Amino acid sequence: MAAVTVSGSTSLGRRLGRVLRRRLLQVIPTLAGVSLVTFVLVRLLPGGPVQTLVGVRATPASIAAVSRQLGLSRPLIDQYISYLSQLGHGNLGYSFLTGTSVTSIVATHLVVTLELIALAVILALLAGIPLATLAAYRRSGWEDQVVRATTVATLGVPSFWLGILLITYLGLRLNWFPSGGNGSGFFGGLDHLFLPALTLALTFLAVVVRSLRASVSDILRTDHVDAARLKGISRLRVLSRHILRVASLPVVALVGLNMSYLLGTSVIVENVFALPGMGQQLVSAILQRDFLVVQGITLVFGLIVILISIAVDLVQAALDPRSAG
Amino acid sequence: MGPASRQVPSAGSALLEFRKVSAHYGRARSGVRLGRLGGSIPTSHEHDLESAVLKDVDLVVRLGECVGIVGESGSGKTTLGKCIVGLMPISSGELSFMGAVVGKPGRAASLPRVNGVQMVYQDPYSALNPKRTVGSTLREILAVHRLCPRSQVGERAEELLEAVGLSADVMKRRPRSLSGGMCQRVAIARALAFSPAVLVADEIVSALDASVQAQVLNLIADTLAAGKLSVVFVTHDLAVVNQVCDRVIVLHRGVVVESGTPAEILRNPADPYTQSLIEAVPELAGDVWQR
Repeated sequence: MAAVTVSGSTSLGRRLGRVLRRRLLQVIPTLAGVSLVTFVLVRLLPGGPVQTLVGVRATPASIAAVSRQLGLSRPLIDQYISYLSQLGHGNLGYSFLTGTSVTSIVATHLVVTLELIALAVILALLAGIPLATLAAYRRSGWEDQVVRATTVATLGVPSFWLGILLITYLGLRLNWFPSGGNGSGFFGGLDHLFLPALTLALTFLAVVVRSLRASVSDILRTDHVDAARLKGISRLRVLSRHILRVASLPVVALVGLNMSYLLGTSVIVENVFALPGMGQQLVSAILQRDFLVVQGITLVFGLIVILISIAVDLVQAALDPRSAG
Repeated sequence: MGPASRQVPSAGSALLEFRKVSAHYGRARSGVRLGRLGGSIPTSHEHDLESAVLKDVDLVVRLGECVGIVGESGSGKTTLGKCIVGLMPISSGELSFMGAVVGKPGRAASLPRVNGVQMVYQDPYSALNPKRTVGSTLREILAVHRLCPRSQVGERAEELLEAVGLSADVMKRRPRSLSGGMCQRVAIARALAFSPAVLVADEIVSALDASVQAQVLNLIADTLAAGKLSVVFVTHDLAVVNQVCDRVIVLHRGVVVESGTPAEILRNPADPYTQSLIEAVPELAGDVWQR
């Protein structure tokens, strides 16, 4: 048995090592691609940080002087190479407008965005698991139709409009939750985070419910669920140990693979709720043409998506040898 | 009621009895529904039988015997097995286990019978929870039903594996890392953990290759020889029936068309459907099989 275990764990280690090596090799070119696309796109926008700094009445001489000072008068290729060189040293650059380092902007605001996404995923799972289970148990019944129609409706509603509705009814009319901003302390923070997280969760709910419903429906038809029922154990135990535990894996992968969707929607939600996260900083930086802040935040978003997709690949490779390739 | 408190019937007595049992998939029909008006118009038993998967089936399983249920795909064999273990409610008729009525129309068999009747399935991989190790699958039954002292759960699980010809090494492995034959043995060990009085074996060798089939059939034969277990052997394979069963019933579109010993059925089939089943197996058609 020892030999079996050792060889089993070694082959698992090798498999994971192979996946990790392959994916890590892809990280640098992918990030380089993200940095190039963002670099080009922000510079294609009309205006620039110089106009924001010097104002509309500035003379051409002062505009040229500030451009030179910021390094924006150099050829684009030179600017990109020096940007890449900075990145190589782990430096995301400095805001043209405030002089603050982009790393410190990210460090300050990233935690708010991550808290928002984490709470939204928790809310989506708390609502999605019972709804999907009910729909799967009552497949094609009226309960299933109601759950599917409701979740598809939440998917179809734009997140900014959903956010405004929640602010209007739960925030302003009923006064149950703060309608914007960031609170202090754990409970204050949670209180302020609830409505934005609910907005994000509702837009993500359909993805969770549809995937988990399909997964639970498939598992309900397998013999091991019948065998679990024949064990005479409680229905709750059959559901938790023998159905949901098996059905949850594709959903965990789904949450990971939808991280780009969650990050993208969080940008809109943070702005609707004036939540000081990365999304709000990103929109503000785009409006002010603060190139390096936009590039830095986009790069960090890209890195988060890549890291989570690597984690999902590793989990899948550990559980299913065929996916290791 | 666990196995420990179950009454042990005498040899040859009827353990399980089906009397005029019918079953439907979906809603059991009890009449034509009147939609918004509510209620229903009662329909005749003959009308209900037209849509039934099992139709007025009579079956007796005695202690220590192996009863084969044969028929083509869709004949109602698996439905019969599911009704026996209580995974499917019956629409009409009556089920009794050890003399007590446990299944009536509209409801599945009650829990006390569940511990006395277990099932082993066709697909050995689908029959085991892929996320659980073999050890945790067996320990769950032993611990939840307190079938042995908590300190002896691991030891008892190893004994069960040993009884089906597997070593204790298998305890830490998941179904994915086992062969089909090993998985089927684990599924049998899981069923035997309850010390059931009746084991429903639903096509348990049809997904296995010939050598593994022989091993599993020998295991069933050994378990039967111990005399504490009856087996309902659901299969479409007449050769297997000839090898392990004491009696056979032939199902065709949910109706029992013929019953008797394997020798009677295979040598002198009375029903044209049974004749066609036998003719479909060249070895049997040539009367090679001798019990």
